[in-house]
Amino acid sequence: MAASKGGRGLLHQLRSLSICSNSSTFSLRGFSSEPLLTDHDYERRRRIMEAKPVVMGSNSNRTGVIAVKCGMTALWDKWGARVPVSVLWVDDNIVTQVKTLETDCTTALQIGCGQKKAKHLRKPEVGHFRAQGVPLKRKLKEFPVTEDALLPPGTSISVRHFVPGQYVDVTSINRGKGFQGGMKRWGFSGMPASHGASLSHRSIGSTGQRDAPGKVFKGKKMPGRMGGKQQTVKNVWVYKIDPKRNLMWVRGQVPGAEGNFVFIKDAVYRKPDTAMLPFPTYFAPSDEETEDLEPLVADLGEIDPFMAAD
Amino acid sequence: MYCNFFILDKEAVEEVKSQREIPDIQPGCIVQLRVEVPENKRRVSTVKGIVIARRNAGLNTTFRLRRLVAGVGVESLFPLYSPNIKEIKVLDKKKVRRAKLYYLRDKMNALKKQ
Repeated sequence: MAASKGGRGLLHQLRSLSICSNSSTFSLRGFSSEPLLTDHDYERRRRIMEAKPVVMGSNSNRTGVIAVKCGMTALWDKWGARVPVSVLWVDDNIVTQVKTLETDCTTALQIGCGQKKAKHLRKPEVGHFRAQGVPLKRKLKEFPVTEDALLPPGTSISVRHFVPGQYVDVTSINRGKGFQGGMKRWGFSGMPASHGASLSHRSIGSTGQRDAPGKVFKGKKMPGRMGGKQQTVKNVWVYKIDPKRNLMWVRGQVPGAEGNFVFIKDAVYRKPDTAMLPFPTYFAPSDEETEDLEPLVADLGEIDPFMAAD
Repeated sequence: MYCNFFILDKEAVEEVKSQREIPDIQPGCIVQLRVEVPENKRRVSTVKGIVIARRNAGLNTTFRLRRLVAGVGVESLFPLYSPNIKEIKVLDKKKVRRAKLYYLRDKMNALKKQ
């Protein structure tokens, strides 16, 4: 059990054993073949979590969700205005691991998305899923949460975790653009197209001063590989949610290409009303049929925005 | 898989088609529309012209209409499945041998007959 917890835990225990030799329980064992920490110690430290609704405090942090970017389209809202939307598919999210302060020095939930066959996963990865008692997932991501938002492993998180009308932050790896010049990569303005500018219409120009400092500063914006990095788009408005198919329509662009995984969290800057968010996540009532649910659209108000301009 | 994206598009198109009657508009049709413009205090205006282009993109299928407005030739782009288009009536269908009739931009006398 101690070995399966990871090398870092075991080394930490060995170091603390050598430093504080006045701890009575450990000094008796010395260098025996028995494990340093028994199952009893781990059971004492592991917490029991329940999956039930909790009142959300003002400092609470819910989990995020992993989705797949399906594509973009444009819809008409009920007042006839055009809304450009990205479609995100929250594919079968399950809590795969819970990290608490006692065992892992942080409170976080590891969420898994998608499906994967055992023959396509490495044996340590399969062992991780088997140890937690959770189906095999394609993508894992850890979301730091507050203590009151912890959920037991195996809890499924659907798209109803989010409410239409709220703002979210969407993180993903953006599209790779290859090797790009200064104008596209950094927004430089280049040089004039005529008036004698010779062979330098799109160049970056000067890179520094003269022999003081006599070097080019680190971080000087220059051409290079653009894209393929993690980017977060903030304050994305959730327009529509389809609980039957676990789809989410958000307004505007989302980083990444179609088919990529995106990570969705509650917005940090435009926090919604704590009363309207399901906390720690949405638990479907047992008598609700998922097949009968209609898509939920954000509330756009009763006043026609076009007529109100009078 | 995320290929259900195409199914979403088809379903949205069928939903709009079941609510409103949308005829098949091809380039060369003379068409009369009743359009509600939300920016213009929701006035319903009648627009009549010849369809010179049609672009198929599922729910975002658009068509270009060329008409004479106060003696000036004007081209407008309309989404076919927009909720702002209240009614589409096909008045006439001309025989054309092109999908995009951009040559009509140089032939002003063709419009004057409409």
